[in-house]
Amino acid sequence: MSERYSRQELFTPIGKEGQSNIRQKHVLVIGAGALGTGSAEALVRAGVGKLTIVDRDYVEWSNLQRQQLYTEEDAENRIPKAVAAERRLKTINSDVDINALVLDVSVEEIEQLMDDVDLIMDATDNFDIRMIINDIAHKHRIPWIYGACVGSYGISYTILPGETPCLHCLLETVPIGGLTCDTVGIISPAVQMVVAYQTTEAMKILVEDYEALRKKVVSFDLWKNQHTAIQVDRLKKAGCSTCGEDPSYPFLSYSNQTKTAVLCGRDTVQIRPPEKRERDLEQLAEILAEQGGKVTRNPYLLSFHIGDHRLVLFKDGRVLVHGTNDTAEAKTLYHRYLG
Amino acid sequence: MELIINGDRVEVPATITTVSSLLQHFGIDQKVVIVELNQEILEKASHHEATLSDRDKIEIVNFVGGG
Ligand SMILES: [Zn+2]
Repeated sequence: MSERYSRQELFTPIGKEGQSNIRQKHVLVIGAGALGTGSAEALVRAGVGKLTIVDRDYVEWSNLQRQQLYTEEDAENRIPKAVAAERRLKTINSDVDINALVLDVSVEEIEQLMDDVDLIMDATDNFDIRMIINDIAHKHRIPWIYGACVGSYGISYTILPGETPCLHCLLETVPIGGLTCDTVGIISPAVQMVVAYQTTEAMKILVEDYEALRKKVVSFDLWKNQHTAIQVDRLKKAGCSTCGEDPSYPFLSYSNQTKTAVLCGRDTVQIRPPEKRERDLEQLAEILAEQGGKVTRNPYLLSFHIGDHRLVLFKDGRVLVHGTNDTAEAKTLYHRYLG
Repeated sequence: MELIINGDRVEVPATITTVSSLLQHFGIDQKVVIVELNQEILEKASHHEATLSDRDKIEIVNFVGGG
């Protein structure tokens, strides 16, 4: 037995018993952006038994300022975040069973991710997916930890099914995309602060020290020197369709169609085909090259540069259309080049 | 009127009489916020009838999406 976890075991609320608890747990991190890379690294260093990290995107230069697992080489080669994160995490702690999935998590995918998961870390960037996480977490009675940040501001809340109000109780309605689509930037200490709140609560849950949980919504603004924590228990609604007495999990029903999503602050639209299909990237590279434009490829994705636009095609069928925020324009380009 | 908002003293015009008008004043009435007034959490539906007085303590948390 190595000394690896000795300092954490000396910390009384964890101890040797807590550490062995942590070793037996499986944490699912949804998103491998700023919050996801921070949480994943902290939990892997802490010695969690198994960590699954899921992300739909690839590494870009603008990520390197705050997404701590990635390198210039990852950005240069457009490595999918999940793949790059897995590589780095494995070099940090080879004791941890690390699973990485290049996947856009939505209703269709989320059920199969719930297998033996003890805790879900929210590292997503929109409320559509958070409401889905909230529903599935309650359906399977798995705790989950909301976290978000923008500018120098951050917020976190720990949701325990059967105990606390859920995100649906707190928000009442889903915030509309545009309102959450932030273009005001972000500084990395705000990310780290949210990560600190989220991973500390995660440790408490993993060692089963529920008494120690914060039980409040915490928010802060590091630039304005503000800090707030408020008790929200009274907002729990008995009739909530997610956490109430007769739940219907409304966010888990879906319609089977091509879905588009504008990626916040990225001048990018994502298009998901109606059904999952593996794309043959090699064959596509040949076809697209014939249409003019520049094609580059790595084992995970293909990038097709034409005019002012760039289309990035993933093996799982998704396409990112860069250079537009207009879903109609993105669909036009998608159909023009991919049929 | 002076209010204590997220720990800071803030001077607001006397025309601001309710939590709703305060959120409007700050331009955050369209955002998803939870407001605590003198340590009591408010339901969203009661924002327009929650009246403010001098020295009230208000905590506002904004549910942002980014990550
Ligand atoms: Zn609820």
